[in-house]
Amino acid sequence: MVTSVTTLGRNGLSDWLVQRVSAVILAVYTVVVVGWLLAQGEVSYEAWSGFMGCLAMQIANTFMIVAVGAHAWIGLWTVTTDYLTTRQIGAAATGIRLLAQLVIALLTLVYLLWGLVIIWGGV
Amino acid sequence: MKVSIYRYNPETDREPYMKEYEVDTGGKDLMVLDVLNLVKEQDDSLVYRRSCREGVCGSDGMNINGKNGLACITPLSLAAPGVLDGRKALILRPLPGLPVVRDLVVDMTMFYNQYEKVQPYLQNNTPAPAIERLQSPADREKIDGLYECILCACCSTSCPSFWWNPDKFLGPAALLQSYRFLADSRDQATDERLARMDDPFSLFRCRGIMNCVSVCPKGLNPTRAIGHIREMLLERAV
Repeated sequence: MVTSVTTLGRNGLSDWLVQRVSAVILAVYTVVVVGWLLAQGEVSYEAWSGFMGCLAMQIANTFMIVAVGAHAWIGLWTVTTDYLTTRQIGAAATGIRLLAQLVIALLTLVYLLWGLVIIWGGV
Repeated sequence: MKVSIYRYNPETDREPYMKEYEVDTGGKDLMVLDVLNLVKEQDDSLVYRRSCREGVCGSDGMNINGKNGLACITPLSLAAPGVLDGRKALILRPLPGLPVVRDLVVDMTMFYNQYEKVQPYLQNNTPAPAIERLQSPADREKIDGLYECILCACCSTSCPSFWWNPDKFLGPAALLQSYRFLADSRDQATDERLARMDDPFSLFRCRGIMNCVSVCPKGLNPTRAIGHIREMLLERAV
Protein backbone atom coordinates (compact mmCIF):
# COMPACT_ATOMS: atom_id res chain seq x y z
CA MET A 1 0.00 0.00 0.00
CA VAL A 2 1.45 3.35 -1.08
CA THR A 3 0.10 6.47 0.64
CA SER A 4 -0.83 9.48 -1.50
CA VAL A 5 -2.31 12.69 -0.15
CA THR A 6 -2.40 14.84 -3.28
CA THR A 7 -4.40 12.56 -5.53
CA LEU A 8 -8.08 13.39 -6.13
CA GLY A 9 -9.69 10.48 -4.29
CA ARG A 10 -6.72 9.38 -2.09
CA ASN A 11 -7.48 5.92 -3.41
CA GLY A 12 -6.54 4.09 -6.60
CA LEU A 13 -9.92 2.54 -7.26
CA SER A 14 -11.87 5.78 -6.82
CA ASP A 15 -9.46 7.70 -9.08
CA TRP A 16 -9.67 4.94 -11.67
CA LEU A 17 -13.47 4.94 -11.54
CA VAL A 18 -13.71 8.75 -11.71
CA GLN A 19 -11.33 8.72 -14.68
CA ARG A 20 -13.51 6.20 -16.55
CA VAL A 21 -16.85 7.80 -15.72
CA SER A 22 -15.62 11.28 -16.62
CA ALA A 23 -14.26 9.91 -19.91
CA VAL A 24 -17.69 8.48 -20.75
CA ILE A 25 -19.38 11.81 -19.88
CA LEU A 26 -16.92 13.68 -22.12
CA ALA A 27 -17.40 11.19 -24.96
CA VAL A 28 -21.20 11.50 -24.82
CA TYR A 29 -20.95 15.29 -24.55
CA THR A 30 -18.66 15.42 -27.60
CA VAL A 31 -21.06 13.28 -29.64
CA VAL A 32 -24.00 15.54 -28.68
CA VAL A 33 -22.22 18.82 -29.50
CA VAL A 34 -20.58 17.55 -32.71
CA GLY A 35 -23.89 15.95 -33.73
CA TRP A 36 -25.69 19.26 -33.21
CA LEU A 37 -23.04 21.14 -35.21
CA LEU A 38 -23.27 18.67 -38.10
CA ALA A 39 -27.07 18.82 -38.06
CA GLN A 40 -27.02 22.62 -38.20
CA GLY A 41 -24.88 23.04 -41.28
CA GLU A 42 -24.14 26.72 -40.97
CA VAL A 43 -24.16 27.87 -37.35
CA SER A 44 -25.24 31.40 -36.43
CA TYR A 45 -24.42 33.06 -33.12
CA GLU A 46 -28.11 33.05 -32.18
CA ALA A 47 -28.45 29.34 -32.86
CA TRP A 48 -25.30 28.50 -30.88
CA SER A 49 -26.28 30.78 -28.02
CA GLY A 50 -29.80 29.38 -27.93
CA PHE A 51 -28.49 25.80 -27.95
CA MET A 52 -25.96 26.41 -25.17
CA GLY A 53 -28.40 28.52 -23.15
CA CYS A 54 -31.14 25.91 -22.84
CA LEU A 55 -31.50 24.20 -19.47
CA ALA A 56 -30.55 20.74 -20.79
CA MET A 57 -27.27 22.05 -22.20
CA GLN A 58 -26.58 24.07 -19.05
CA ILE A 59 -26.81 20.84 -17.08
CA ALA A 60 -24.78 18.96 -19.71
CA ASN A 61 -22.12 21.69 -19.67
CA THR A 62 -21.94 21.48 -15.88
CA PHE A 63 -21.37 17.74 -16.08
CA MET A 64 -18.80 18.34 -18.81
CA ILE A 65 -16.79 20.93 -16.90
CA VAL A 66 -16.77 18.87 -13.69
CA ALA A 67 -15.70 15.83 -15.75
CA VAL A 68 -12.89 17.82 -17.41
CA GLY A 69 -11.70 19.06 -14.01
CA ALA A 70 -11.66 15.62 -12.42
CA HIS A 71 -10.18 13.92 -15.49
CA ALA A 72 -7.45 16.53 -15.83
CA TRP A 73 -6.55 16.45 -12.15
CA ILE A 74 -6.18 12.68 -12.05
CA GLY A 75 -4.36 12.53 -15.37
CA LEU A 76 -1.94 15.34 -14.62
CA TRP A 77 -1.34 14.05 -11.09
CA THR A 78 -0.30 10.79 -12.70
CA VAL A 79 2.04 12.61 -15.08
CA THR A 80 3.67 14.50 -12.22
CA THR A 81 4.23 11.32 -10.23
CA ASP A 82 5.70 9.57 -13.29
CA TYR A 83 8.10 12.25 -14.45
CA LEU A 84 8.68 14.75 -11.63
CA THR A 85 10.34 12.22 -9.35
CA THR A 86 13.74 11.92 -7.71
CA ARG A 87 14.50 9.06 -10.10
CA GLN A 88 13.89 11.35 -13.09
CA ILE A 89 15.03 14.82 -12.08
CA GLY A 90 17.01 14.47 -8.86
CA ALA A 91 16.81 15.66 -5.30
CA ALA A 92 14.65 18.75 -5.93
CA ALA A 93 11.84 16.57 -7.28
CA THR A 94 9.55 16.54 -4.24
CA GLY A 95 9.33 20.34 -4.05
CA ILE A 96 8.89 20.69 -7.81
CA ARG A 97 6.23 17.96 -7.87
CA LEU A 98 4.29 19.49 -4.99
CA LEU A 99 4.44 22.92 -6.62
CA ALA A 100 3.29 21.51 -9.98
CA GLN A 101 0.45 19.66 -8.30
CA LEU A 102 -0.66 22.80 -6.44
CA VAL A 103 -0.58 24.87 -9.64
CA ILE A 104 -2.57 22.18 -11.48
CA ALA A 105 -5.11 21.93 -8.64
CA LEU A 106 -5.56 25.70 -8.39
CA LEU A 107 -5.85 26.14 -12.16
CA THR A 108 -8.37 23.32 -12.32
CA LEU A 109 -10.46 24.97 -9.61
CA VAL A 110 -10.23 28.36 -11.31
CA TYR A 111 -11.36 26.92 -14.64
CA LEU A 112 -14.12 24.97 -12.91
CA LEU A 113 -15.52 28.03 -11.11
CA TRP A 114 -15.06 30.26 -14.13
CA GLY A 115 -16.84 27.69 -16.28
CA LEU A 116 -19.75 27.47 -13.85
CA VAL A 117 -20.09 31.26 -13.88
CA ILE A 118 -20.15 31.23 -17.70
CA ILE A 119 -22.71 28.40 -17.78
CA TRP A 120 -25.09 29.68 -15.09
CA GLY A 121 -24.27 33.39 -14.92
CA GLY A 122 -26.60 34.42 -17.76
CA VAL A 123 -25.74 37.00 -20.41
CA MET B 1 26.66 -12.43 -38.72
CA LYS B 2 27.11 -9.21 -36.78
CA VAL B 3 26.42 -9.07 -33.06
CA SER B 4 26.39 -5.89 -31.04
CA ILE B 5 26.46 -6.34 -27.28
CA TYR B 6 26.08 -3.88 -24.39
CA ARG B 7 29.25 -4.03 -22.32
CA TYR B 8 29.83 -2.49 -18.93
CA ASN B 9 32.21 -3.45 -16.19
CA PRO B 10 31.86 -0.94 -13.33
CA GLU B 11 35.38 -1.76 -12.15
CA THR B 12 37.11 -0.81 -15.40
CA ASP B 13 34.66 1.14 -17.60
CA ARG B 14 33.66 4.74 -17.03
CA GLU B 15 30.46 4.21 -18.95
CA PRO B 16 28.67 1.46 -20.88
CA TYR B 17 29.40 0.93 -24.58
CA MET B 18 28.28 -1.34 -27.41
CA LYS B 19 30.86 -3.86 -28.62
CA GLU B 20 30.68 -5.43 -32.07
CA TYR B 21 31.45 -9.08 -32.76
CA GLU B 22 31.48 -11.21 -35.88
CA VAL B 23 30.07 -14.70 -35.36
CA ASP B 24 29.84 -17.62 -37.78
CA THR B 25 26.61 -19.57 -37.19
CA GLY B 26 27.12 -21.72 -40.27
CA GLY B 27 23.89 -20.33 -41.65
CA LYS B 28 21.91 -22.05 -38.90
CA ASP B 29 18.94 -20.40 -37.20
CA LEU B 30 20.45 -20.69 -33.72
CA MET B 31 18.94 -19.46 -30.51
CA VAL B 32 20.26 -16.12 -29.26
CA LEU B 33 21.84 -17.89 -26.28
CA ASP B 34 23.84 -20.14 -28.65
CA VAL B 35 25.17 -17.01 -30.35
CA LEU B 36 26.13 -15.57 -26.94
CA ASN B 37 27.99 -18.79 -26.18
CA LEU B 38 29.88 -18.42 -29.50
CA VAL B 39 30.76 -14.83 -28.59
CA LYS B 40 31.91 -16.01 -25.18
CA GLU B 41 34.39 -18.36 -26.93
CA GLN B 42 35.91 -15.28 -28.60
CA ASP B 43 35.75 -13.02 -25.57
CA ASP B 44 35.51 -14.68 -22.19
CA SER B 45 35.15 -11.35 -20.39
CA LEU B 46 31.49 -11.21 -21.55
CA VAL B 47 29.08 -11.85 -18.68
CA TYR B 48 25.47 -13.06 -18.88
CA ARG B 49 23.16 -15.28 -16.85
CA ARG B 50 21.99 -18.62 -18.15
CA SER B 51 21.08 -21.94 -16.68
CA CYS B 52 18.47 -24.33 -18.07
CA ARG B 53 18.81 -23.15 -21.69
CA GLU B 54 15.20 -24.22 -22.40
CA GLY B 55 12.96 -21.39 -21.17
CA VAL B 56 12.23 -22.82 -17.74
CA CYS B 57 14.59 -21.05 -15.33
CA GLY B 58 14.10 -17.49 -16.60
CA SER B 59 17.78 -16.55 -16.10
CA ASP B 60 18.62 -15.20 -19.53
CA GLY B 61 15.97 -12.51 -19.91
CA MET B 62 17.47 -9.69 -21.97
CA ASN B 63 16.61 -7.05 -24.51
CA ILE B 64 17.00 -8.57 -27.98
CA ASN B 65 16.85 -6.03 -30.83
CA GLY B 66 14.60 -3.81 -28.75
CA LYS B 67 12.28 -6.45 -27.37
CA ASN B 68 12.65 -8.30 -24.08
CA GLY B 69 12.81 -12.07 -24.28
CA LEU B 70 14.62 -15.19 -23.16
CA ALA B 71 17.81 -15.67 -25.20
CA CYS B 72 17.55 -19.46 -24.96
CA ILE B 73 14.19 -19.77 -26.69
CA THR B 74 14.42 -16.86 -29.11
CA PRO B 75 15.63 -18.02 -32.53
CA LEU B 76 17.62 -15.56 -34.61
CA SER B 77 14.93 -15.54 -37.29
CA LEU B 78 12.45 -14.31 -34.70
CA ALA B 79 14.86 -11.93 -32.91
CA ALA B 80 15.18 -9.76 -35.99
CA PRO B 81 14.53 -10.69 -39.60
CA GLY B 82 17.68 -9.96 -41.60
CA VAL B 83 20.10 -10.96 -38.85
CA LEU B 84 20.89 -14.32 -40.41
CA ASP B 85 21.90 -12.97 -43.83
CA GLY B 86 23.94 -10.16 -42.32
CA ARG B 87 21.59 -7.35 -43.32
CA LYS B 88 21.11 -6.45 -39.67
CA ALA B 89 23.08 -6.88 -36.48
CA LEU B 90 21.83 -8.83 -33.50
CA ILE B 91 21.66 -6.23 -30.74
CA LEU B 92 21.72 -7.44 -27.15
CA ARG B 93 21.22 -5.20 -24.14
CA PRO B 94 20.39 -5.90 -20.49
CA LEU B 95 16.75 -5.77 -19.35
CA PRO B 96 15.79 -2.06 -19.25
CA GLY B 97 15.02 -0.21 -16.06
CA LEU B 98 17.09 -2.27 -13.63
CA PRO B 99 20.62 -1.35 -12.48
CA VAL B 100 23.32 -3.15 -14.48
CA VAL B 101 25.69 -5.27 -12.42
CA ARG B 102 27.90 -6.06 -15.41
CA ASP B 103 27.33 -6.50 -19.17
CA LEU B 104 23.98 -8.28 -19.57
CA VAL B 105 23.50 -9.01 -15.88
CA VAL B 106 21.05 -6.78 -13.99
CA ASP B 107 20.36 -6.35 -10.30
CA MET B 108 16.88 -7.86 -9.80
CA THR B 109 16.41 -6.59 -6.21
CA MET B 110 13.69 -4.06 -7.10
CA PHE B 111 11.84 -6.75 -9.05
CA TYR B 112 12.02 -9.25 -6.19
CA ASN B 113 11.01 -6.62 -3.61
CA GLN B 114 7.75 -6.13 -5.48
CA TYR B 115 7.29 -9.89 -5.78
CA GLU B 116 7.74 -10.21 -2.01
CA LYS B 117 5.09 -7.54 -1.38
CA VAL B 118 2.30 -9.62 -2.91
CA GLN B 119 3.02 -12.44 -0.45
CA PRO B 120 3.29 -15.08 -3.16
CA TYR B 121 2.35 -18.09 -1.08
CA LEU B 122 -0.84 -19.84 -0.09
CA GLN B 123 -2.47 -18.40 3.05
CA ASN B 124 -4.99 -20.60 4.76
CA ASN B 125 -5.61 -20.66 8.50
CA THR B 126 -7.83 -23.73 8.67
CA PRO B 127 -6.16 -26.90 10.03
CA ALA B 128 -4.29 -28.64 7.26
CA PRO B 129 -5.88 -31.91 6.14
CA ALA B 130 -3.89 -35.12 6.53
CA ILE B 131 -2.78 -35.33 2.90
CA GLU B 132 -3.46 -32.18 0.91
CA ARG B 133 -5.95 -29.36 0.31
CA LEU B 134 -8.03 -30.56 -2.58
CA GLN B 135 -9.35 -28.45 -5.44
CA SER B 136 -12.08 -29.27 -7.94
CA PRO B 137 -10.84 -29.50 -11.54
CA ALA B 138 -12.80 -26.31 -12.26
CA ASP B 139 -11.08 -24.44 -9.40
CA ARG B 140 -7.70 -25.77 -10.46
CA GLU B 141 -8.33 -24.48 -13.98
CA LYS B 142 -8.65 -20.93 -12.63
CA ILE B 143 -4.91 -20.71 -11.98
CA ASP B 144 -3.97 -21.82 -15.49
CA GLY B 145 -2.17 -19.00 -17.27
CA LEU B 146 -0.96 -17.72 -13.90
CA TYR B 147 1.12 -20.40 -12.18
CA GLU B 148 3.36 -20.82 -15.25
CA CYS B 149 5.19 -17.53 -14.62
CA ILE B 150 8.96 -18.14 -14.23
CA LEU B 151 9.82 -14.64 -12.93
CA CYS B 152 12.20 -13.81 -15.77
CA ALA B 153 11.25 -10.10 -15.40
CA CYS B 154 10.83 -9.61 -19.17
CA CYS B 155 7.35 -8.16 -18.58
CA SER B 156 8.02 -5.79 -15.67
CA THR B 157 11.16 -4.40 -17.30
CA SER B 158 9.25 -3.65 -20.52
CA CYS B 159 6.64 -1.64 -18.61
CA PRO B 160 7.10 2.17 -18.52
CA SER B 161 5.02 2.40 -15.33
CA PHE B 162 7.53 0.04 -13.70
CA TRP B 163 10.47 2.04 -15.12
CA TRP B 164 9.15 5.27 -13.58
CA ASN B 165 8.00 3.85 -10.24
CA PRO B 166 9.70 0.49 -9.63
CA ASP B 167 9.41 0.99 -5.87
CA LYS B 168 5.68 1.82 -5.89
CA PHE B 169 4.08 0.07 -8.86
CA LEU B 170 4.15 -3.69 -8.31
CA GLY B 171 4.67 -4.39 -11.99
CA PRO B 172 3.02 -6.99 -14.22
CA ALA B 173 4.95 -10.00 -12.89
CA ALA B 174 4.10 -9.38 -9.23
CA LEU B 175 0.49 -8.52 -10.10
CA LEU B 176 0.11 -11.72 -12.11
CA GLN B 177 1.47 -13.60 -9.10
CA SER B 178 -0.91 -11.75 -6.83
CA TYR B 179 -3.87 -12.82 -8.94
CA ARG B 180 -2.51 -16.36 -9.02
CA PHE B 181 -3.25 -16.51 -5.25
CA LEU B 182 -6.43 -14.42 -5.39
CA ALA B 183 -7.80 -16.92 -7.91
CA ASP B 184 -6.73 -19.93 -5.86
CA SER B 185 -9.73 -21.55 -4.14
CA ARG B 186 -7.48 -22.69 -1.27
CA ASP B 187 -6.28 -19.19 -0.38
CA GLN B 188 -8.16 -17.25 2.32
CA ALA B 189 -6.31 -13.94 2.38
CA THR B 190 -8.33 -12.33 -0.43
CA ASP B 191 -9.39 -9.26 1.58
CA GLU B 192 -5.92 -8.55 2.91
CA ARG B 193 -4.38 -9.03 -0.52
CA LEU B 194 -6.90 -6.66 -2.16
CA ALA B 195 -6.61 -4.05 0.61
CA ARG B 196 -2.86 -3.76 -0.02
CA MET B 197 -3.41 -2.86 -3.69
CA ASP B 198 -6.13 -0.25 -3.32
CA ASP B 199 -3.84 2.78 -3.68
CA PRO B 200 -3.05 4.85 -6.81
CA PHE B 201 0.30 3.10 -7.43
CA SER B 202 0.49 -0.60 -6.54
CA LEU B 203 -1.96 -1.77 -9.20
CA PHE B 204 -3.61 1.29 -10.68
CA ARG B 205 -0.40 2.57 -12.27
CA CYS B 206 -1.07 -0.04 -14.95
CA ARG B 207 -2.26 1.90 -18.01
CA GLY B 208 -3.04 -1.21 -20.00
CA ILE B 209 -0.50 -0.71 -22.78
CA MET B 210 0.13 -4.48 -22.80
CA ASN B 211 3.91 -4.41 -23.33
CA CYS B 212 3.95 -7.21 -20.75
CA VAL B 213 1.68 -9.38 -22.87
CA SER B 214 3.70 -8.67 -25.99
CA VAL B 215 7.00 -9.82 -24.45
CA CYS B 216 6.04 -12.67 -22.09
CA PRO B 217 8.10 -15.67 -23.25
CA LYS B 218 5.56 -18.03 -21.67
CA GLY B 219 2.63 -16.43 -23.52
CA LEU B 220 0.93 -15.26 -20.31
CA ASN B 221 -1.35 -12.24 -20.01
CA PRO B 222 -0.58 -10.04 -16.98
CA THR B 223 -2.89 -7.28 -18.28
CA ARG B 224 -5.85 -9.66 -18.05
CA ALA B 225 -4.82 -10.69 -14.52
CA ILE B 226 -4.60 -7.01 -13.54
CA GLY B 227 -8.08 -6.50 -15.01
CA HIS B 228 -9.42 -9.35 -12.88
CA ILE B 229 -7.90 -7.85 -9.71
CA ARG B 230 -9.43 -4.49 -10.62
CA GLU B 231 -12.82 -6.17 -10.99
CA MET B 232 -12.42 -7.80 -7.56
CA LEU B 233 -11.53 -4.41 -6.04
CA LEU B 234 -14.53 -2.82 -7.73
CA GLU B 235 -16.88 -5.58 -6.60
CA ARG B 236 -15.65 -5.13 -3.03
CA ALA B 237 -16.04 -1.33 -3.03
CA VAL B 238 -19.16 -0.50 -5.03
